[in-house]
Amino acid sequence: MEKIPLLSVENLNVEFSTPDGVVHAVNNVSFAVESGKTLGIVGESGSGKSVTASSILKLNSGVTAKTQGAILFNGRDVLGADDKAIRSIRGSEIAMIFQDPLSALNPYYTIGNQIVEAYRVHHRDVKKGAARKIALEMLHRVGIPNPEARIDEYPHQFSGGMRQRIVIATALINSPKLLIADEPTTALDVTVQAQILDLMKDIQKENSMAIILITHDLGVVAETCDDVAVMYGGRIVEKATVNELFLTPTHPYSFGLLGAVRSLDNSARGELQTIAGSPPSLLHLPSGCSFLPRCGYAQQNLAQCSSVVPELGKVSPTESFSACHLRTEALISLKMKEIA
Amino acid sequence: MSSEILLEGKSLVKYFPHGSKGIFGKSDGFVQAVDGVNLVLRKGQTLGIVGESGCGKSTLARVLTRLIEPTSGNIILDGRDITKVSGKELQSLRRDIQMIFQDPFSSLNPRHSVGEIIASPMRIQNTVPKGNEKSRVQELMELVGLNPEHYNRYPHEFSGGQRQRIGIARALALNPKVIVADEPVSALDVSIQAQILNLLEQLQHDLGLSYVFIAHDLSVVRHIADEVAVMYLGKVVEIARPEVLYSAPAHPYTKALLSAVPSATPRASHMHSRIVLQGDVPSPINPPVGCRFAARCWKAQDICVAQEPALGPQSFTSQPEEGLVACHFPENSN
Amino acid sequence: MTTFIARRILFALVLLAAVSLFTYLLFALLPTDPAALTCGKNCKPELIAANRVRLGYDKPIYEQYWQFIKGIFAGRTYGSGDIAFTCPAPSLGYSFNQHECVSTLIGKTFPVTAFLSLGAFVLWMLLGVGTGTFAALHRGKWQDRLTSVVTSIGVSLPTFYVGLLVLFSVVIWLQWLPFPHYASPTENFHDFLAAMILPWITLAVLSAASYTRLTRNGVLEAMNEDFVRFGVAKGLKNRTVIRRYVLRAALIPIVTIAGLDFAALLGGAIVTESVFSLPGMGRLAIRSVTDSDLPVLVGTTLVAAVFIVMANTIVDIVYGVLDPRVRVK
Repeated sequence: MEKIPLLSVENLNVEFSTPDGVVHAVNNVSFAVESGKTLGIVGESGSGKSVTASSILKLNSGVTAKTQGAILFNGRDVLGADDKAIRSIRGSEIAMIFQDPLSALNPYYTIGNQIVEAYRVHHRDVKKGAARKIALEMLHRVGIPNPEARIDEYPHQFSGGMRQRIVIATALINSPKLLIADEPTTALDVTVQAQILDLMKDIQKENSMAIILITHDLGVVAETCDDVAVMYGGRIVEKATVNELFLTPTHPYSFGLLGAVRSLDNSARGELQTIAGSPPSLLHLPSGCSFLPRCGYAQQNLAQCSSVVPELGKVSPTESFSACHLRTEALISLKMKEIA
Repeated sequence: MSSEILLEGKSLVKYFPHGSKGIFGKSDGFVQAVDGVNLVLRKGQTLGIVGESGCGKSTLARVLTRLIEPTSGNIILDGRDITKVSGKELQSLRRDIQMIFQDPFSSLNPRHSVGEIIASPMRIQNTVPKGNEKSRVQELMELVGLNPEHYNRYPHEFSGGQRQRIGIARALALNPKVIVADEPVSALDVSIQAQILNLLEQLQHDLGLSYVFIAHDLSVVRHIADEVAVMYLGKVVEIARPEVLYSAPAHPYTKALLSAVPSATPRASHMHSRIVLQGDVPSPINPPVGCRFAARCWKAQDICVAQEPALGPQSFTSQPEEGLVACHFPENSN
Repeated sequence: MTTFIARRILFALVLLAAVSLFTYLLFALLPTDPAALTCGKNCKPELIAANRVRLGYDKPIYEQYWQFIKGIFAGRTYGSGDIAFTCPAPSLGYSFNQHECVSTLIGKTFPVTAFLSLGAFVLWMLLGVGTGTFAALHRGKWQDRLTSVVTSIGVSLPTFYVGLLVLFSVVIWLQWLPFPHYASPTENFHDFLAAMILPWITLAVLSAASYTRLTRNGVLEAMNEDFVRFGVAKGLKNRTVIRRYVLRAALIPIVTIAGLDFAALLGGAIVTESVFSLPGMGRLAIRSVTDSDLPVLVGTTLVAAVFIVMANTIVDIVYGVLDPRVRVK
């Protein structure tokens, strides 16, 4: 029997109208997340991963954004939900944390004030005193030393790592079923990053929480995610379990990324593997595959690759999905030979 | 085997006055950003400096290039003591030692064209007659992989990776001997990082440059450096060749740092014991008296808290190539 | 926090001393003979000489300054014997033209200026901040564009033009109000309002226009901040986010600028007071220039400068209260 996914995104499209034209930030993105699991969304700058994430909570709405598609949370329609309904989901069933902990917290209020606020939005009948106790417990849980003394301090009085813990405390105070973490550790030192990722995994185990982790760091993905979606040019180009992605990547872009990261990791000196060129402009997406200018395999299939946008399709015998016209067995075995 | 020493830092110290006490705002202690650092850069080689935020590596970079004055200590370039030079001598010094910055977005003047940006060091130093300027700029642009036709474009028209190339071209304009690169690839995407690193290595090979390469990303430094120094709270805690440092780190902090880096291999097939350090980096304002890492070190003893360890060979039996470490109980000693 | 405040106040006192010295010297070093200005055209040299002694202008400058400062705290006696007269503390000098102590003159005129400034301040803040926030929230739509056009006009209109325009249209043409004739609010509140409403509007128009723009830009910038997004992600109502997050951030610099602008007005809204014939400090200052009444000029300049210094200090302290990050210094 198939489990109904906690979150299901179908054919999401997001466009922004800017003075320079229409930016196609997200193009036909579909994925699903199950309770208790972590989905990693990997991509470089301009891949559309952040916009995808903020669409889940309808944070993109504004004069300039146009969102189409379907997002279902626990079977309920998110994109079509009215203001009141979406507000009841935000911060209570789905929580989101952002990259820069320095700017995520309101500098004008104490951290206690902000955590209490996050709690009382969804528990209106709880008095401030009771909410404060709950906030203290949460600060303790996320590892803030001496929370009783520090709860009345301001964000700027904490270090980067501490601030991210406070952000996590604020986001998780209502025990959400889904946490969306947009590059939560990018701005942190590597030792602090390790602490924060551990904390998130701990809490996930406790609450059976689902996590969508957005990052550009493949190492973080390898260590924390169950499933991965690789984004490029506003599209998902590969969807796989984490093992499959790292052992048998099925899209030339994933392959290039892994190659660049791995050649950096191994100790042999000499030229690093790169992906030539730069990511495409989302203003003028080409017809056909947007990875074409940087793809080493496209020469074999130029006519199709340059005119038809590849759809995500299953790559048997694996469970992965790849948006590549050449996702044939021949291609996979070729790549596996290259890695070995 | 070892080439001549090109740049040397001796007991470099940089303190910043911090805060204000009382009504008259007298400073309340010092941020001891760099606290007694010795380093050596050999000709044609790359010295990597790694550390986390607050360790002092960026301050050290700026002190080496005399963008900030050291509180005490000496900087010796090519045998000359350049710590206190000023005026014309300082200006000519700038031709020998240049800097590349981290943020490709804020390190280029958005109101200057690319040509002007690359040409400005030459104009300031008067090294190239006006007529030859354009061809020299275009030569440099080609050298770093930019299209020389884009001479008149503005920074915002380029991508992050290309902007960093502009910064590199600017640094090369005066044919320096040493380039101090302060996190030159940290703000770039992974696929672009590799391009820029390849470029830097190629330039080093072709032009005989020497680099001081500062980064917080250990894998980047491992690839490009001939020697790596690990900094913690203003001090160098370990120096070694990458082959030694990354496979057998001697200082507990280095070990923890290396184990914290997530590796691009799924966890199912990779069981490693990660050392998760407790707590935060202590403040560089009132650093502890003894070893600065003692509070977070899992093997700290009384002597660690009381006495600061000096940077020296791991043990009596260790070879010079095995590097230096500042620890009372280094990891691999017998 | 207390050291922060104490340090600001200490600095303000030092600044005040410097300001008083500078102001006094500025006028003392003028090439005119202050004693000669004390009586009109047909002045006998003996009278001038006598006045010079009485007012202390025969003494060296530093002693004059010292007497002046002492007068502020302890009052000052001019002349000697039975023709002596005293200006009680705070004495800022004596005006021969108007036969009054300067402080009395200022005391009479200051309330008018104060009411004028206060009313205008409230009006322009409500109008400016309100309209600016409204425009920012409807960015790009017709409300925003209309506001932009109106403020451009408002910012370009000089005060005297607005004043005369308002005066002409409301009083003379439409005859909705009588010609403004100032009455103290305690005496006749109705007349007071009738007299002040047009000057308030005149003064407020220019400032409201520029504050609308300031607020609009500040609010738009604040809305882009990460913590505002985080607030929305918590599930807060839009109104709450605007109040606690956006406005809180955007208004701090505006409130501080407003404090400084208000203080500048307290020194005398010269043009407006002239157009509407209000007996305020601005008009006093103008009169003292045309009459060459040096003591009054010194007095009003010093009072205006004091307000600016005080406002700067208060604004600094208020900033520290509103923005916790600033208190560290």
